Amino acid sequence: MNVITAENLTKSFGSFTAVDHISFEVAQGEIFGFLGANGAGKTTAIRMLCGLSKPTSGKGYVAGFDIRKQPEQIKANIGYLSQKFALYEDLKVWENIRLYAGIYGIPEKKIGDRIDEILTRLGFENEKEVLVKALPLGWKQKLSFSVAIVHEPRIVFLDEPTSGVDPATRRQFWELIYDAADRGITVFVTTHYMDEAEYCNRVSIMVDGKIQALDTPKNLKKQFEAGNMDEVFHQLARKARLNGD
Amino acid sequence: MNPVTVKNISRKFGKLEALKEISFEANQGEIFGIIGPDGAGKTTLFRILTTLLLADTGEAAVDGFDIVRDYKQIRKRIGYMPGRFSLYQDLTVEENLSVFATVFETTVEKNYDLIKDIYQQIEPFKNRRAGALSGGMKQKLALCCALIHKPSVLFLDEPTTGVDPISRKDLWDMLIRLKKENITILVSTPYMDEAGLCDRIALIQEGRFLKIDTPAELTRKFDKILWAVQSNAMSKLLADLRNHEKVQTCFAFGETHHITMDDSSLTIIELQKYLSRLGHTDIEIRPIVASVEDCFMNLTAKESEK
Repeated sequence: MNVITAENLTKSFGSFTAVDHISFEVAQGEIFGFLGANGAGKTTAIRMLCGLSKPTSGKGYVAGFDIRKQPEQIKANIGYLSQKFALYEDLKVWENIRLYAGIYGIPEKKIGDRIDEILTRLGFENEKEVLVKALPLGWKQKLSFSVAIVHEPRIVFLDEPTSGVDPATRRQFWELIYDAADRGITVFVTTHYMDEAEYCNRVSIMVDGKIQALDTPKNLKKQFEAGNMDEVFHQLARKARLNGD
Repeated sequence: MNPVTVKNISRKFGKLEALKEISFEANQGEIFGIIGPDGAGKTTLFRILTTLLLADTGEAAVDGFDIVRDYKQIRKRIGYMPGRFSLYQDLTVEENLSVFATVFETTVEKNYDLIKDIYQQIEPFKNRRAGALSGGMKQKLALCCALIHKPSVLFLDEPTTGVDPISRKDLWDMLIRLKKENITILVSTPYMDEAGLCDRIALIQEGRFLKIDTPAELTRKFDKILWAVQSNAMSKLLADLRNHEKVQTCFAFGETHHITMDDSSLTIIELQKYLSRLGHTDIEIRPIVASVEDCFMNLTAKESEK
């Protein structure tokens, strides 16, 4: 079953076409890597899929809702995390979870259990009462992720979630992503770390507003006769540069 | 005297010890990399060495001048590209460059040779406002502005963070060219794969240098046995490897997992059998040479054991 469908999705700003007729589908529980150079159109595409920006033309469905007509339903059914933390520094760990659980409309009776569940999953049982500002950076990032999916959404959008994070935490973060995918949450993720592209079930590479490649990392490496995803990326993005930047 | 000498620099912000007893020297014409995650203290160190922040204790000299007493001399001699975008967003590419040249009492023409290679790439956009440039082009312009007075030491604070792999490579190509001009370059980055491009690197975590060495020596001195392991079920493989009593650490590294062991009592054949019994197929195990990222993780793991 597909939880994201994009058909010729397009967004223009004046005479500039940021996203140019992109089409793809993402299945339930899939980890989908959305790669591209700076300025390739990734953020614009994500904003449309999250119901934050209306497409100029084309269609899109996220969690069964139309991105043009039902942006509010989409927002209630997705999670979103960017590099910048959305946590409240002056609230305790459990208070942050409590706050987001309320915002996402989790019934009052269930919130207590959900807080315990998240603390256990993260191994944060002893940090329940700690102020978020006192947590190490890597822990904040893991808590941010758990808060973004506190309502067990069908899909979570992660925009460069591991930028600048230390190597061990970066990997622990990916283990949380696997865990969420195993529970059936679809993960839509962007990254500039090409080793992380290998952890995705499928990867799309956007160049100048268009999706130029979309397949499993294994097939992409075969298609481009490349040893790793870094080489695949370089081959595609270099081509774009030669066509004029 | 070396262009950068640092002795026991420490700095606190309230209770937080941002830098603890940092000492190192950078040689003339060297690319010295400071490698570590966000919050490790990289920016604090750069701000102290560029005379924008005072250290609590310790001393340092840049280009032979004391960072406290001779701060005015230092400011004339160095180039500094801070992590966050430092240009005037409402001025054009050309105007930004001439502002920086004027402030340093020179002209764009005088040192044009130094920036020519980089500037030519953004010259077609010289009448565009800096705020309207793409990320990669902004970085190129910022580098030109930091170089326009031909500094003797260049400080680049995370010039590649959030920049795509192609633009990152372009930027590093430029730094390697600048080295030939005998400019000493201090550069910080959270990307471990960029460490190999530096002459020497310091690994920094929680305000302390874990190690200073050449990338080649650092990886050669890796003191554990290191294997890359693959199978048909990578997620399960991670857990199964961690459950093996002789495996010390196990982390995902792109298409393989890396495992470390203290001694050689486990053989590849034994591990292969163990994994087969647990249902894995297409198993591949091979000894590998450590990367800088392996070293960093090994060193930080040791720190946390202390």
